[in-house]
Amino acid sequence: MKKNNIINLTINNQSVSVPEGSTVLQAAQKLNIHIPTLCNHDDLCVAGNCRVCVVEQKGSRVLVAACAQPVTDGMEIMTNSLKVRNARKHVVELLLSEHRADCTKCYRNQNCELQTLANEYSFGDHIFLDLVREHEHLIDNTSASIIKDDSKCIRCQRCVRTCSELQKVSAIAVSGKGSEMKISTFHDRPISHVVCTNCGQCVNRCPTGALTEKNYIDYVWDAIYDPEKHVVVQTAPAVRVSIGEDLGYDPGERVTGKMVTALKQLGFDSVLDTDFTADLTIMEEGTELLTRLKKVLVEKDKETALPMTTSCSPGWIKFIEHKYPEMLPNVSTCKSPQQMFGALAKTYYAEKRGLDPENIVSVSIMPCTAKKFEANRPEMRDSGYKDVDYVLTTREFAVMIKQAGIDFRTLEPTHHDSIMGESSGAGAIFGATGGVMEAAIRTAYEIVTGRPVPFDNLNITPVRGMEGVKEASLKIEKCKKEWSFLEGVELKVAIAHGLTNADEVMRAVSNGKANYHFIEIMACPGGCIGGGGQPIPTNINIRQKRIDAIYEEDMNMPIRKSHENPEIIQIYNDFLEKPNSHKAHELLHTHYLERVRY
Amino acid sequence: MYQTDNLVKDLVEKHGRQRDSLMPILQGIVEKHNYLTDEAMVEVAQELDISAAEVYGTASFYSFLDTEPRGKYVIRVCKTITCAMKGKEEVIEALEDILKIKVGGTTSNGLFTLLETNCMGWCHKAPAMLINDIPYTELTREKIIKIIKDYMHK
Amino acid sequence: METKKISKVDLIFEHIDPREVLTKAYGMTRDEIIDEILESGLKGRGGAGFPTGMKWKLCSEEKEKTKYIICNADEGEPGTFKDREILDRVAYKVYAGMTIAGKAVGAKKGIIYLRGEYKFLLPQLRMQLDGFLKMSNEIGYDFEIDFRLGSGAYICGEESALFESIEGKRGEPRNKPPYPTHSGLFGKPTVVNNVETLVNSVIILKYGSKKYKQMGTMFSTGAKVFSVSGDTPIPGIYELELGMSLLEFVKEFGDGDTKAVQVGGAAGFCVPRKLFASTVIGFEGVPTGGSMKLFNSSRSMYNVLHNYLEFFTEESCGQCTPCRVGCQQLLRGVESVKKRESKSTYLNELVKLADTMKIASKCGLGQSVGNAFKSIVENFREEIIY
Repeated sequence: MKKNNIINLTINNQSVSVPEGSTVLQAAQKLNIHIPTLCNHDDLCVAGNCRVCVVEQKGSRVLVAACAQPVTDGMEIMTNSLKVRNARKHVVELLLSEHRADCTKCYRNQNCELQTLANEYSFGDHIFLDLVREHEHLIDNTSASIIKDDSKCIRCQRCVRTCSELQKVSAIAVSGKGSEMKISTFHDRPISHVVCTNCGQCVNRCPTGALTEKNYIDYVWDAIYDPEKHVVVQTAPAVRVSIGEDLGYDPGERVTGKMVTALKQLGFDSVLDTDFTADLTIMEEGTELLTRLKKVLVEKDKETALPMTTSCSPGWIKFIEHKYPEMLPNVSTCKSPQQMFGALAKTYYAEKRGLDPENIVSVSIMPCTAKKFEANRPEMRDSGYKDVDYVLTTREFAVMIKQAGIDFRTLEPTHHDSIMGESSGAGAIFGATGGVMEAAIRTAYEIVTGRPVPFDNLNITPVRGMEGVKEASLKIEKCKKEWSFLEGVELKVAIAHGLTNADEVMRAVSNGKANYHFIEIMACPGGCIGGGGQPIPTNINIRQKRIDAIYEEDMNMPIRKSHENPEIIQIYNDFLEKPNSHKAHELLHTHYLERVRY
Repeated sequence: MYQTDNLVKDLVEKHGRQRDSLMPILQGIVEKHNYLTDEAMVEVAQELDISAAEVYGTASFYSFLDTEPRGKYVIRVCKTITCAMKGKEEVIEALEDILKIKVGGTTSNGLFTLLETNCMGWCHKAPAMLINDIPYTELTREKIIKIIKDYMHK
Repeated sequence: METKKISKVDLIFEHIDPREVLTKAYGMTRDEIIDEILESGLKGRGGAGFPTGMKWKLCSEEKEKTKYIICNADEGEPGTFKDREILDRVAYKVYAGMTIAGKAVGAKKGIIYLRGEYKFLLPQLRMQLDGFLKMSNEIGYDFEIDFRLGSGAYICGEESALFESIEGKRGEPRNKPPYPTHSGLFGKPTVVNNVETLVNSVIILKYGSKKYKQMGTMFSTGAKVFSVSGDTPIPGIYELELGMSLLEFVKEFGDGDTKAVQVGGAAGFCVPRKLFASTVIGFEGVPTGGSMKLFNSSRSMYNVLHNYLEFFTEESCGQCTPCRVGCQQLLRGVESVKKRESKSTYLNELVKLADTMKIASKCGLGQSVGNAFKSIVENFREEIIY
């Protein structure tokens, strides 16, 4: 096929020219003609199965799916003929008939693509019989992160494509056929007992309320209103650049200060920052990396595994536990920033503030659904208590703001509380793919050489960007004496986001085809800013805007390196002694387990 | 519980590890054991490097790739129009009487499972049924009793 | 419209020496073979009726090195059993047809997708294939044939669903375009022909397209194997010229009390007695893959319709909305009208739904459910309601 051929066609009698290989839907978008879609999603391959986007093509007996139909020269398309309208209305009515339209009580009320279509095409009485069956009312809420409600499922298969294409997990697949066709785990096992990584990417792409995160809002309200409890909240780096989307702002708007004020108004006793423990992670993980390098390069220790991978992303952790358990020794033993925060909230923070940890409730606001599972892992109780009590997604946080009647736009920005509220730009960029790597290099390079990284404004651009797998290397020269074993070493790193890309990297590593020292892996596309707990919808443009905002956040910080964060310096002086100390190991490091293969 | 260890490995050896080997492998397991256990599906998934949910999802699309326990002899009575017109109900009744199970059930000795199926291409000799792979046509109560007795004594 | 008297022929099951036809085809160029098939006017015998010569030509023009010939032996349409009979009695003609098609389009690999229900035929088919391949190799053909089995899924007779099934996936039809002749099995140019179509191509090459065209009508050349069942004293397989009227057919096969004939299986049309005389069996009238089911006055057309709808509700692949949900709505809808839970006028809504399914479904299955539904409801409305 010749490339760059231009195809001329008409849509609703308007001429349009698009490149060969475009779909009718894309051509219509160029003309600003709206064709409704459901199964179609910018991040996923074409399915063409919901049939909501059917349009009339002159000369064709049947209607064609705009999302799947390639344009041809001279094609004449009608998107709004009577035939199209009637068919589309029927399709929407059919979907409604197999959907438990419990709208007023549904978590996705007013942010539901089926509801929007119903408003446009099928107000008034239902035409068809209600097909939702009793047994479908059985809701799978076994997972700490995700609830699957088949009675609201319209079988668009976006979740299945997400799980397979973006994440290469396929914890869910299409099963059965005909009227029995549905979305299933392996032999309908509870979602908590299969390879699901809890990443929540399916939740982000579900057009209805069939897949949602498990909601902990009421527990948090109860804690806030319990006078006995001191409720601390931590805010993840990616939340401040996305929460605005759920509150009427355009994607990419930074609302850090307003977010903090909102949390104070909600009644949290102390509003602290996960960015602080992101900085702490850099200290711990950077030290761990340098230690591993020393063991391998100097002591020739065969037991020490390289490359080391990051461990901040709980979706990634569960993925490797299921899929590459033999490579668990490669994963950094550092807890994620959320869990480091939790362990310190009920020890260091309690001590400093003179609080009984028994009475501390630790809440986190995360862009992530997997963090809910992570907080519930039995290993995550090193403070002697459950380190993080409740995890809320960005979306749940937005619901709380609305519930409290807060007018977010008019809030005056305030700063995070102290202690554990101070952070650097390095902590801030944890939210974007490549951010952990960049933060780590900023610190590790300086520790080893005594000089800042050789990049303009400390911006390590080779590790930035939306490419699925990024590779970079950095030659270490003129080391400080104690790091002389690294002299001349070319540090090789890789960054992957989205588990399909992670899988590719891990395959290359296990086949011996890659010789990296350090790999950053984030389970979600774009990193945490594309997390499963982020505002819906998502697409690559939205994710790019959130990333741009993250780097803006970094540039606006007075401190850009983790090791220069004064609260970090303080916590090592007052409490942890030094990175990877015995105490740090006790509280800030963890271990992993092999999990089932289905 | 049946042993799949060597069976799955042998089938994978024979048909290969590509995705397009999945059907022949699953068919091979069913041929030997009449249905797919979870263990077998997980093993196939690992051999072919695909997810177990996908193996289950694919198997569950095909009515002959059962994922629930089945007897040694799986009886499938055609229920489509001509067989329905020509006495399919009597066939089912006769089978239920002799096997003492209902459609969907398996005899307690694990020998027979009774199922219905869609048109199997014997309309001119209706009513018809399959026992495993073998078709039986122009069924009458007497004929059915004889067929089943023969299987009981196999 | 021209109609023909009943005219029985014996070409499909007639025993021939395949070596003779294969040798003849071997001496022809690819274009000569394709031209002969085009000239014959042969249309696919599986039911859809796409011109076979055109299919071969399109595939032949593709530049890809790897191409496939697939014999669709997933005969699942209720009331059709002729392909089983053909494979049972003259499989070598099927192999010959595939081999010739392979030469015509430039394919070296053929696959017979045999429905699981016919697995019992496999041992004899494999044995016959061994002998056949020896012979075709001797003539000089370089074409291999393999079997793949279905496992009980009607939809796998749809060609792109069939590809998915061979590729080890759920038999869910693909979006079209791309069409199989351009991108079929494993993304390669593929010809899918029905068992009977392939045998017809052998007949055409043996007797020539001129002679072949003398049978049938202008739009429906040749003869066709009919699977006759239901209320008939003589159920079975009959090879008849195309173009006869249904009245002629019923005179021959009916029991004297025929009130309706379902032409083309569950996916086909129900023709009531009053339309027998004006209905031509062929592509200009009511097309059929060969399924002819006769119903006499003792039969309830509600039961017939209900049985078909249950069939489609189970056999729809389930991926597209109009078919998955539409089939269930039609089934539950007629049930609720029958039980007086819905008004009889609800049938009008269901007819409109059937129209939507015809134009909005992704594949031929969903698009044809409306055929049986509308033709039964419109002609036997009273029986559905009361």
